[in-house]
Amino acid sequence: MTVAAVIFYLFACTAVASGLFVVLARNPVHSVLWLILTFFSAAGLFVLMGAEFVAMLLVIVYVGAVAVLFLFVVMMLDVDFVELKQGLAQHMPVALLIGVVLIMELILVIGVTLWADDSSPLRVAMAPAPEAIENTQALGQIIYTDFIYLFQSAGLILFVAMVGAIVLTLRHRSDVKRQSVVFQMHRDPAEAIVMKDVKPGQGL
Amino acid sequence: MDFWDGNFGVFLIILAQCLAVTVSVLVALAFLMYADRKVWAAVQMRKGPNVVGVFGLMQSFADFLKYIVKEVVVPAGADKTVFYLAPMITFVLAVISWAVIPFADGWVVANLNIGILYIFAISSLEVYGVIMGGWASNSKYPFLGSLRSAAQMISYEVSIGFIIVGVLISTGSLNLSEIVRAQDGSYGLFSWYWLPHFPMVFLFFISALAETNRPPFDLPEAEAELVAGYQVEYSSTPFLLFMIGELMAVVLMCALISILFFGGWLSPIPGLPDGVLWFVLKILFFFFIFAMTKAIVPRFRYDQLMRIGWKVFLPLSLGWVVMVSVFAQYGWFWGAYARWTTGG
Repeated sequence: MTVAAVIFYLFACTAVASGLFVVLARNPVHSVLWLILTFFSAAGLFVLMGAEFVAMLLVIVYVGAVAVLFLFVVMMLDVDFVELKQGLAQHMPVALLIGVVLIMELILVIGVTLWADDSSPLRVAMAPAPEAIENTQALGQIIYTDFIYLFQSAGLILFVAMVGAIVLTLRHRSDVKRQSVVFQMHRDPAEAIVMKDVKPGQGL
Repeated sequence: MDFWDGNFGVFLIILAQCLAVTVSVLVALAFLMYADRKVWAAVQMRKGPNVVGVFGLMQSFADFLKYIVKEVVVPAGADKTVFYLAPMITFVLAVISWAVIPFADGWVVANLNIGILYIFAISSLEVYGVIMGGWASNSKYPFLGSLRSAAQMISYEVSIGFIIVGVLISTGSLNLSEIVRAQDGSYGLFSWYWLPHFPMVFLFFISALAETNRPPFDLPEAEAELVAGYQVEYSSTPFLLFMIGELMAVVLMCALISILFFGGWLSPIPGLPDGVLWFVLKILFFFFIFAMTKAIVPRFRYDQLMRIGWKVFLPLSLGWVVMVSVFAQYGWFWGAYARWTTGG
C-alpha cells in the first residue's frame, strides 16, 4: 500500500468514526467537537484529492465559523437529556426513512456520474483543461466566468433569506435606553471633567 | 539511488526542517517574551525582569522551569479531556502555521500554493482553544471569557479576510513567496504593498490585535472584570501552553504583516542584499509596536469593539476590495495594483 492510500484510510476512518460519535455522544458540546473532527478529516480527504482550495475553504467556513456558532449556541442551551431520549422510539421510523432516502439519492448521483452513457462528455464539459491550471484558478473560472449568473442568483437568494431572518427578529423596544455612539464621541472633556487641586490631609 | 532522494530520506529532511523552524521560533519566543515585558516596564518607568542572568535575559527560561515543575490543578467539575485538549490545540495550531512562512527566498518548510489560505484557516481555528478551555473549566468567568473571545475572533477574521483579498488581487497568487516576490521592485521599500494598500495596513494591524486577543482588545481575559477569562482555572504546563500559543500567534501576525505589506525578506534599500535578516528585523519592529500598543492604549469597551469590527472595519475593507479590483482591472496608478502584469 502506498503512503497516500494509508493516509486516505486514516482520514476516511476518522471521518466515519467521528461522524458516528456526533450522533452517539451524550453531551451536545462533545457532539459538536466530534463534528469539527469530521469536517477536518473531510478537509484532509480533499487535500489528498488535490483540491486544496476546497479543503481550506471547508476549514475556514465550516470549522472556523459555522461550527463556532454551533458551539456558541449549544453551550448556552440548557439541555435535558432524559427529555430528549423520550421521543427517540417515536421519531426513529421517520429518521430511518430520511436516512434511506438520502442514501438512495447519493447512490443515484454517483451511479449517473460513473456509469451513465453520456457521463464522460458531461464531466469533461464541466472541468477546465487540467494542464497548467491550479484548482483555485479552475474554481474561479467556473464560478465567476462560466456560471456567473447562477452564482449571483444563489447569492441573491441567500441575501433575501438573510434579510428575511433579520426582519423577523428585529424589534425596537421603547423601554430600553440605547447608547448613541455619535453622542458619546462628541462629548467635550471640558464639560465632563473638573480638575481639583486637593491639598494633602484636607480632602474635598 | 542516493539515500536523501528516497522516501525515508525526504521524510528525514522535512522532519529536520520542521524541528529547526520550531526550535528557533520557540527560542526566539523566550527572548521576545522578555522583550515584551521590558518594553512594557520601560513605558511604565519600571525596570522589568533584571535578576535572572545578565540583564534578566534568562527570565523566560526560569519561568518555563517554574511552570513545568508546578502541580496541574484540574477543577472538580471540569470536563477533563476537553480541559487538557484546549491548551494543546492552542499550542499546536500556533506552531503549525509557521510551516508556510517563507523566511527568505526558498527558505520555507512547505511552499503551499494556498499558503495564505492555510494561515487564515489555522488562525480561524485558534478560537477553539479558547472556547474549549472556557467551557471545560465549568466555571463562570472562564465561560464568559470564552464567549467574548468567540464573538470577537470571528468578527475580526472577516475584515482580515477582506484585507488579504485585496493583497491577493494585486498579486494574482495565494502563495506567500509569490506575494513577497510581487513586491520586489526597483524602488526598494516604495515598491512594497504598504504604499498602494496604505489604509489597509492600519486596519490589518488593529484587526491582528483583536484576533490575537492582545491589548487593547484583550477582553476575553480582562483581569478587571473576568479575573483572567478563559485561563482562570489553568495552572502549570497547560497554562504555559496557552501563553506560548498566544504569543506565538502574535509573532505570526507580525510575520504576516511583514510578508503582506512590507516585503518579507526583501531589503528596503535597492542594492543591499535581500535575506532572512531583513525579515527578522521587520518582525522585531512590528513586535515592538505590538508591545508598545499593549503599554500605552487603554482597554476597549466590549460594545465598542464589536461596533468597530462590524460597522467600521468590515465596510471599509469590503469597499477597499472593490476599489483594488477596479484599479487592478484597468491598470491605474502605473500598475501598482496589478503586479502580475508588470512582473513585480
